[in-house]
Amino acid sequence: MKLHILVVGRNPQIMETVLRLINAQENWEAFGALTDEDGWQLIQQHPMDLVLIGGGVDEHSEQFFSTACEEINPAIRVIRHYGGGSGLLFTEIKEAMNLKN
Amino acid sequence: MYVSLLACLRIYLGRDNTKVPVKTMKTTLYKANTRGHANHGWLDTNHTFSFAHYYDPNRIHFGALRVLNDDVVDGGKGFGTHPHDNMEIISIPLSGDLEHKDSMGTTAVIRQNDIQIMSAGTGVQHSEYNKNKDKKVNFLQIWVFPKVRDIKPRYEQKVFKPEDRVNKLQQIVSPTPGDEGVWINQDAWFYLGNLKKSFQTEYAIHRKENGVFAFVLNGDVTLAGQKLNPRDGLGIWDTEKFSVVANTDAEVLLIDIPMEIS
Repeated sequence: MKLHILVVGRNPQIMETVLRLINAQENWEAFGALTDEDGWQLIQQHPMDLVLIGGGVDEHSEQFFSTACEEINPAIRVIRHYGGGSGLLFTEIKEAMNLKN
Repeated sequence: MYVSLLACLRIYLGRDNTKVPVKTMKTTLYKANTRGHANHGWLDTNHTFSFAHYYDPNRIHFGALRVLNDDVVDGGKGFGTHPHDNMEIISIPLSGDLEHKDSMGTTAVIRQNDIQIMSAGTGVQHSEYNKNKDKKVNFLQIWVFPKVRDIKPRYEQKVFKPEDRVNKLQQIVSPTPGDEGVWINQDAWFYLGNLKKSFQTEYAIHRKENGVFAFVLNGDVTLAGQKLNPRDGLGIWDTEKFSVVANTDAEVLLIDIPMEIS
């Protein structure tokens, strides 16, 4: 069963990198949103497991996604992503989803 | 008289015990040979904390200190252009020279005794290569969670005199503008010490909210009563100060860091 991850960020280059890294993992599938509107549409279209809040996303937008996910499916985890690359990404996802490996 | 003095002592101690909670110093040991290791051919690296595909749920971070990588890069090789955001990234070359280029227009070579910091903030792209074709570069790559997210990206590099850290702790990173060291977007202070055998001192932690992560570069030391060898790490918290003893000539890095991530 695939893990579906929405990545919300404002930097196109970092978005491209993060999506590429996640989608290279077996059974992980990532969707990217550079705007809140795109993110909202993606959450409605695809059953997400996790939302990563990237750089440049302010607290207002972060709260918007927390509230939206709570309404759609309280099981969706919303966490902040730091670092913008492969260094912390896999640990963040594994910690959030309580994955063993 | 004897009884009343004893009673007073009991009252005094009792009052102390109830009104002033006594914290007991805590430590966590990270032995060098328990670090995550990856050899990519051109890059031989040891991770004190979970990084990339090394994942240990018990070793994610020490407070705001998230990454401590001990990287050895082959001659002429390095990390191609890649992005970062919202992280304070400190590079400390231990041997060899590292060439840095970034999207802010910075081109610099970082050498032994230099300290480089990059606040990734809203986003930056950079590359790091071994400047020399004929010898390896060994450097520490340290990532600290930022105090404030989404600041304007910035870069700073300073040269430090090695003689200023002989039997003393030389401040190389500080959150106070104009202070010794490069500025960091976090309530963190870094120190390097080149301690001669038998040298002893005490380290006073800057803030009650902070702990210290100590990393031994060379030699043997005893910190907070714990014997440490090269590349061992020790997290120390819930104390105002701790002892530092050089058992041999030794070099240490102390990272005074908030225990909570803001």
